[in-house]
Amino acid sequence: MSLTSFATYAITFLAVYVQVFILITFFERRKELKEQTSDERPPITHFPSVTIIMPCWNESKTVHGTVESLLALDYPKDKLFVIIVDDGSTDNTWEEMQIYKDHPQIKIYHTENGGKHVAVNFGIDHATTDLIGCLDADSFVSSHALIDMVRIFNNRPEVMAVAPTLIVHSPKNLLQWVQKVEYNMSVYLKKMQAFLNAIHVTPGPFSVFRKEVFEKIGKFKKAHGTEDQEIAYRMQENHMRIEHCPTAYVYTVTPDTVKKLYIQRLRWIYGFIQNTVDYRRLMLNPKYGNFSFFTVPAGAISIVAVVYLFSATVYNIIVYIVETVTRWSVVGFAGTMPTFQFDWLYINTKALGMVTILLYALVLTSMIIGSRIAKQKLSWHIISYMLVYSVLAPLWLVRAVWNSITSKQPKWR
Amino acid sequence: MKFFDKYKWSKYLLTLVLTTGIFAGAVFLSSYINQRKLENIRELQDRVATDILSSETQFDLVKDLSCEDVGNTYLSKDMSDLAERVAYTEENGTSPADSLELKKQYSILQVKDFVISKQIAERCNNLPVTILYFYTDKESCPDCVKQGYVLDSIRKQYKNVRIYSFDTRLDLTTIKTLKEVYGIEDQLPALVIDGIALKGFRSVEDVKSVLPSSVTNAVVQ
Repeated sequence: MSLTSFATYAITFLAVYVQVFILITFFERRKELKEQTSDERPPITHFPSVTIIMPCWNESKTVHGTVESLLALDYPKDKLFVIIVDDGSTDNTWEEMQIYKDHPQIKIYHTENGGKHVAVNFGIDHATTDLIGCLDADSFVSSHALIDMVRIFNNRPEVMAVAPTLIVHSPKNLLQWVQKVEYNMSVYLKKMQAFLNAIHVTPGPFSVFRKEVFEKIGKFKKAHGTEDQEIAYRMQENHMRIEHCPTAYVYTVTPDTVKKLYIQRLRWIYGFIQNTVDYRRLMLNPKYGNFSFFTVPAGAISIVAVVYLFSATVYNIIVYIVETVTRWSVVGFAGTMPTFQFDWLYINTKALGMVTILLYALVLTSMIIGSRIAKQKLSWHIISYMLVYSVLAPLWLVRAVWNSITSKQPKWR
Repeated sequence: MKFFDKYKWSKYLLTLVLTTGIFAGAVFLSSYINQRKLENIRELQDRVATDILSSETQFDLVKDLSCEDVGNTYLSKDMSDLAERVAYTEENGTSPADSLELKKQYSILQVKDFVISKQIAERCNNLPVTILYFYTDKESCPDCVKQGYVLDSIRKQYKNVRIYSFDTRLDLTTIKTLKEVYGIEDQLPALVIDGIALKGFRSVEDVKSVLPSSVTNAVVQ
């Protein structure tokens, strides 16, 4: 077996391993999952006070919608507070915020532009409630999201943070539709990571923390443009449990152009690589459980797999082009016309091909389960997702690896 | 360690067993299907061998058959199909030993077909024209790839041409004998067109210029 064959088999084996591991977790915990996603959830009697911090930077168009969705939350008004921090916007965000200056539940602040984590930390400094959440100003929460998250905090004292279920808000073009498929699949992965106590990101849109998290391990830190990931790594290091609430729907606006999506993903992947390097002491360390043995290695495997497969695909395309040009130069264009004749002999029946098909089936299963958990309809965009992401994902993954090697941090947006 | 779930290691182990099982199953299934494919090719090879044997026998029996009948009756039509299948199996098969054996048998069949083609040509206006092609792997003979394209094109264009390809890496005395007969040494690719040896790469035009007009006038529609 050649080195490339061995590498291909090894990577495929690891990719299947990850999918099977997740699927086993699903079957182990599906009863629990069914209960958590049931429409009949028990009412809660204890309502801890909550502050939601909304950092804004040039969000004049969406700030109202986001605040209104917070005010519409099904939660006692005297227990829910909102802190809006204008992080030195250069548009009229600050002016738009003025309508809330006398609102009894809302406090507004203006700070010099210092980055999202600085604005959130400013809000944390001004919060005095039991729970503190963050919400990006381009996201909208469902009315029962907070109460469902609080139910988890009430029932499980060991839970220190709860992550929401992110759903793409009003997809308008193909790119947003395929992101919707991706986000739905992520709901499944996130829930399984939660069962494994191995969540590695507390997403910016509406993750809620107990106040003691910041008191014990500190506030957000500048972390390669992915501060919401760094704090999750820090929580895992300090054995603080992060849960996921499958019914806490948060609708988020996603990039609508390839360029914006590329920049966002480059930042995410670069952040993942850098945070993993920063917290390498957590890797394959029994003290940190499944986070250490599953989540982080699985992320690393997926990056290596995509970069490797992308390189192999580019190599094969180059070989094909060289062969075609050679053939063309020797026998002319007419001689290069392919002839199509179906015969079962020519169907790829190599073991690797079969396993790859199975791998795609497992990914498809993830999409279906994710859509069910998020209560979203399945659409034919699952095919678009596979096509679009197989072209685009390698671009930001390869670039993120390159940036990591050359220590070049990508821009925020 | 307390952060692991109760069944932490057994789950990792179970996943390993299942994943290994999936791979083992795929390898087993792949091997089974590929064996079926090889059997299919062997059946085709047997059919070609029977065709050739039948042709030899008929040829000896019916000496006064007309040339038109000879051309259509004697030469096995499955040769080019077999060639493609053997080549595909060599590139994509999972059993190199089986593929090599298949290729050797195919090479011997080619020689037998070549002999009978020559006999027919001697009786029937020198048709069909035979081309022997000697090649080796593309690493040591980059021009062999190009020569293959040229011959593929010729085969598709002219119906009265029969091309026989021989991999000189095969340890077959038959191929060695053919090389000795036509004075082919190590300069590859090498062609033998109607008994004339041409060494080194030959373009489509070069090959066409050597073919008799009786061949070039009869193109495949």
